[in-house]
Amino acid sequence: MSEQGMRRVTAIQNGTVIDHIPAGSSLSVLGMLGLLDSRRTPISLVMNVPSKKLGRKDVIKVEDRELTQEELDRLAIIASNASVAIIRDFRVAEKRTVELGSELVNIARCSFSNCITANPMEPLPHRLVVRSAEPMELRCAYCGRIQEIGALINHLI
Amino acid sequence: MTSLITMDDLTNEEIISILDIAEQMLPIARGEAYTPILSGKVLANLFFEPSTRTRMSFEAAMKRLGGSVLNLGDVSTSSVVKGETLFDTMQMMDGYADIAVIRHPRQGAAKYSSDAVEIPVINAGDGAGHHPTQTLLDLFTIRKCHGTLEGLQVALVGDLRYGRTVHSLSGALARFGSSLTFISPSSLSMPREIVQDLRNSGVDIVETEDFLGSIESLDVIYMTRIQKERFPDEEEYRKVAGVFCLTAKDLVNAKKNMIIMHPLPRVNEIAPDVDSTPHAKYFEQAFYGVVARMALLCRLLEVDVQEAIE
Ligand SMILES: [Zn+2]
Repeated sequence: MSEQGMRRVTAIQNGTVIDHIPAGSSLSVLGMLGLLDSRRTPISLVMNVPSKKLGRKDVIKVEDRELTQEELDRLAIIASNASVAIIRDFRVAEKRTVELGSELVNIARCSFSNCITANPMEPLPHRLVVRSAEPMELRCAYCGRIQEIGALINHLI
Repeated sequence: MTSLITMDDLTNEEIISILDIAEQMLPIARGEAYTPILSGKVLANLFFEPSTRTRMSFEAAMKRLGGSVLNLGDVSTSSVVKGETLFDTMQMMDGYADIAVIRHPRQGAAKYSSDAVEIPVINAGDGAGHHPTQTLLDLFTIRKCHGTLEGLQVALVGDLRYGRTVHSLSGALARFGSSLTFISPSSLSMPREIVQDLRNSGVDIVETEDFLGSIESLDVIYMTRIQKERFPDEEEYRKVAGVFCLTAKDLVNAKKNMIIMHPLPRVNEIAPDVDSTPHAKYFEQAFYGVVARMALLCRLLEVDVQEAIE
């Protein structure tokens, strides 16, 4: 967590801080975490602040909620360089990173409407294979279609 | 290799070895010899989409080698219509058969099936995806006519977008060092995934809408069907169909040993007057489907053909 990013919003007592989100992607991140519709969880957003690593970045603070590694790995699709701190009693209790594995299992569905996995009754897991990390290229393990990264947000499981 | 879903499941050596076995199968496929090396084996023919040619070709291949075949039956009356998942259908097949062949309207269905069961699965077409056994017979035909798969000039013509046979074939030909020309109306051009993969692997590709502008340099013209339903209106279709039609007089400047192939059935894209030219190989090609599939079945069922035939 950079000093600058921290100073713009007040420190939180308990919760999760997600730093190094590509500038402009924080709303998508909240969407992916299912937090956009939340009317209870206090959330602070910092957008477009200067960052050594990214040029510009977004930062999110989620109060009173510790995000699990599984939830965080969902972010790999749009914020693979995010660094995460779990805060307990104003201190960083744990540091986590978002890891893009070799395959995203049951994180998002293939967006191709004629894919076999488009039938919600089919029980096998949704699998998107990571063909390249930079730039990110994901293909459905079944139909082989390249996935539009921006559109995946609408296909989260 | 335990299943054949795309041509990527086979190395070049494996492809050559299957083609070699297919060569040995010719007398058996013609009924000149009976060698029941697959006797006692059961193949499940799962065609979720109408197909006569491919389904019967697999059936002929299996029966020529002494095996037997279960057919799914009419999809419109089977349990599939009652909403059974592909996963559940495949579980049944796992118990009934030693190997399954699947054609399905949805892309990825064959891969999905192979993940669902223990028995080997052969992809006989999944939506606009792949059709690798067609590729094996195509390669067999090309090798039979040209004596090699290497360094050929091949034009793929017609509906390259939805035509799954050309998707599999282009990758395979590229692996053997052929140069590819993709000739199609722009609305039916080769999917970008495929072009990107080919270019990344260093293949020489030309994409054009110009129908056979450079016929004199070609060793193979692979024609595909352009279907009316791919076009927004009749007028648009007729314009394209009129251009993408090969006639005998188009062949004047072709090399003597240039061959014309087609996965069949054809509609208008090859005029009947081409049939009697020495270039026409599409009927021969269809017959080779049986030997290519015989070889593949032996391979996936782990039957040592050399040992069994001697
Ligand atoms: Zn898919």
